[in-house]
Amino acid sequence: MSDETNAGPKHTIAVLVDNEPGVLARVVGLFSGRGYNIDSLTVAEVDARRDRSRINIVTSGNEMIIDQIRAQLERLVPVFNVVDLTEDGPSVERELALIKVVATGENRIEALRVADIFRARAVDSTMGSFVFEVTGDSGKVNAFIDLMEPLGLAEVSRTGVVAIARGADAM
Amino acid sequence: MSGTAQDSDQNETTETLSGAEILIRALTDQGVDVIFGYPGGAVLPIYDALFAQNNIRHVLVRQEGGAVHAAEGYARSTGKPGVVLVTSGPGATNAVTGLTDAMMDSIPIVCLTGQVASHLIGNDAFQEADTIGITRPCTKHNYLVKDTDEMGRIVHEAFYVATQGRPGPVVIDLPKDICVNQGVYEMPDLDNLQHKTYRPPTTGKESQIAEAVALMAGAKRPIFYTGGGLINSGPEACAKLRELVKLTGYPITSTLMGLGAFPASDDQFVGMLGMHGTYEANNAMHDCDVMICLGARFDDRITGRLDAFSPGSTKIHVDVDPSSINKNISVDLGIVGDVGQVIEQMLAGWNKAGHQPDQAAAKDWWTTIQRWRSRDCLAFEQGKDVIKPQHAIQRLYELTKDRDTYITTEVGQHQMWAAQFYKFEEPNRWMTSGGLGTMGYGLPAAVGVQIAHPESLVVDISGEASFMMNIQEIATAVQYRLPLKVFILNNRWMGMVRQWQELLHGSRYAETYSEALPDFVKLAECFGATGMVMEDPASLDDDIRKMLDIDGLVIADVRVAKEENCFPMVPSGAAHNEMIMAGNKAAESPKVTDDGMALV
Repeated sequence: MSDETNAGPKHTIAVLVDNEPGVLARVVGLFSGRGYNIDSLTVAEVDARRDRSRINIVTSGNEMIIDQIRAQLERLVPVFNVVDLTEDGPSVERELALIKVVATGENRIEALRVADIFRARAVDSTMGSFVFEVTGDSGKVNAFIDLMEPLGLAEVSRTGVVAIARGADAM
Repeated sequence: MSGTAQDSDQNETTETLSGAEILIRALTDQGVDVIFGYPGGAVLPIYDALFAQNNIRHVLVRQEGGAVHAAEGYARSTGKPGVVLVTSGPGATNAVTGLTDAMMDSIPIVCLTGQVASHLIGNDAFQEADTIGITRPCTKHNYLVKDTDEMGRIVHEAFYVATQGRPGPVVIDLPKDICVNQGVYEMPDLDNLQHKTYRPPTTGKESQIAEAVALMAGAKRPIFYTGGGLINSGPEACAKLRELVKLTGYPITSTLMGLGAFPASDDQFVGMLGMHGTYEANNAMHDCDVMICLGARFDDRITGRLDAFSPGSTKIHVDVDPSSINKNISVDLGIVGDVGQVIEQMLAGWNKAGHQPDQAAAKDWWTTIQRWRSRDCLAFEQGKDVIKPQHAIQRLYELTKDRDTYITTEVGQHQMWAAQFYKFEEPNRWMTSGGLGTMGYGLPAAVGVQIAHPESLVVDISGEASFMMNIQEIATAVQYRLPLKVFILNNRWMGMVRQWQELLHGSRYAETYSEALPDFVKLAECFGATGMVMEDPASLDDDIRKMLDIDGLVIADVRVAKEENCFPMVPSGAAHNEMIMAGNKAAESPKVTDDGMALV
């Protein structure tokens, strides 16, 4: 059963919610209770005046499951709107990662070179380490982490995906 | 008090009261006339406010689980939301089973739970539980009131959420200090309430209605498959359903939850479908070409094996909850809307298009159905020695059908026999735990029904094992002089589990014998009720009449055949057209695979 659930492509779903206490727990509880995947999840207030938060969830599943996820999310009382960004047209996805690399000598220099190629910035530096900030889609962040691995990768902190639809239409 | 005329005008809409008083005011403004509850430390301010008024009656149950089931019985028999009041900690956790039951069966409940004072929340205080966290997955929504000024708004919103769209239970968690503090209450305009985010669907899309009506009109082997959504939509929806079914002449079947939406005695009704449904209903579902599902949700007890469920049909599904559509079964046309309104649209669409059902096809289809019917799948043989459980319910039906009767049940074989043999002609007459299958539901539910309908006959069709699960509620019934009739089909087994052990587990009856049963007559007497034993088939009718004539609570211990199985049965993992019929030996029955066994 879980194999079936896991099957299918990734979808990025944006959920606009009333920023009330426990709303994130409702969304997360829905996913765990019904056996859906969460590959990544971000949440932050996006409209302080109207008290609204946006949750971006990356999940996976076949068409029937993705439709269910959408319908189940819409069923939650504090949810304003649910958009499947993957399904509903082109969207932009970004992730930010802070990556600590502990290296000296040639590895340290190589790490800086790779960072330059990825337009990653060193936001902290000691004689033996860097913290790089890299932004991009998840594939780019993964590639950067893979390259840092042999150079002394020590720690990774990622935001998870934030996404928004391209074009003039707003959620 | 500075008393200018202007001030007193304002006071009519805005008042300063304690949180508990605001709560009671808001409940009164919602038209609540009864609360099922149990007091405790955290809700003392609320009980104090209840004590000081006469608009709302409080019914004291004997355990909080009973309060929720009683409120469910009240809600299901009246169509109004049921209200529960319990204390913090164990009061709230005891309510969880009932809340889950109401969630599964879409029953509107507003459950008020006490909570420790705000400053103690999170400190593991005495009788503290994370009620909001615990009840989040088993409620439609829940609220923690953090400000007394918010009390009124939240109560009214809770009723709106509980009753609109697909109904369900809503919890309001009430910290003690919030109930004591003073706050402002403003009566909202209840007719024009609009929720910030929640927009329940009402009518279906016209283009889809037209498509559905055309599919229905072109059908050769159609069937209406109806469920609890019709009961929830209300008596008007059920009246419209009758109109539509009569207009088309098509056969109709119902889920356990939907019984009574269409009269069971009508010739177009082919009986309940599903695991213990009739041969004709399940075969008609399997062989139909157009299935019109109205307010039902393709539950696993209905569908059996998913890939063999009605393989050749075009499926139309009407549901108020979009998440019910395409959840288990992929349908061809999913219409989101209130089922009553959609049926009305369908009627208008059918009449406008001037559709006529295909008479020749209908004749063939009914001929086939009559052939299935002639199999007489519910037949049983009543001998002279022992009362058959089916016979007991059949006789109960015959002797109560002309009265103003409400039936509740517990869960198990007796429940399925009641569904098969008690014929419901009207909605809201049948209260049973469908989705969750909660043993111990029937007695407290009957309490709620009888409180709502004091002059009516309320019978809890029970089993001896289920009855033991909420037996404490006898005291509630006695206290309020509720003349309930508890009709226990006593076979000394947890019958349905025993049946599964017989059919699926080589008759290894692990832990299913009802050992050490009480003497139900003495039990009744010690509570101040009347006990009866019924064991002779020859005097059963007289015994039932005697039970009905007693003006008070009767607990009838009906000794029935011990190892009777409930048939027909679609064994798990099987298709609708592979039913086990009465008289089949287990060995001759369709083979249950390991996959089927795991489905349970």
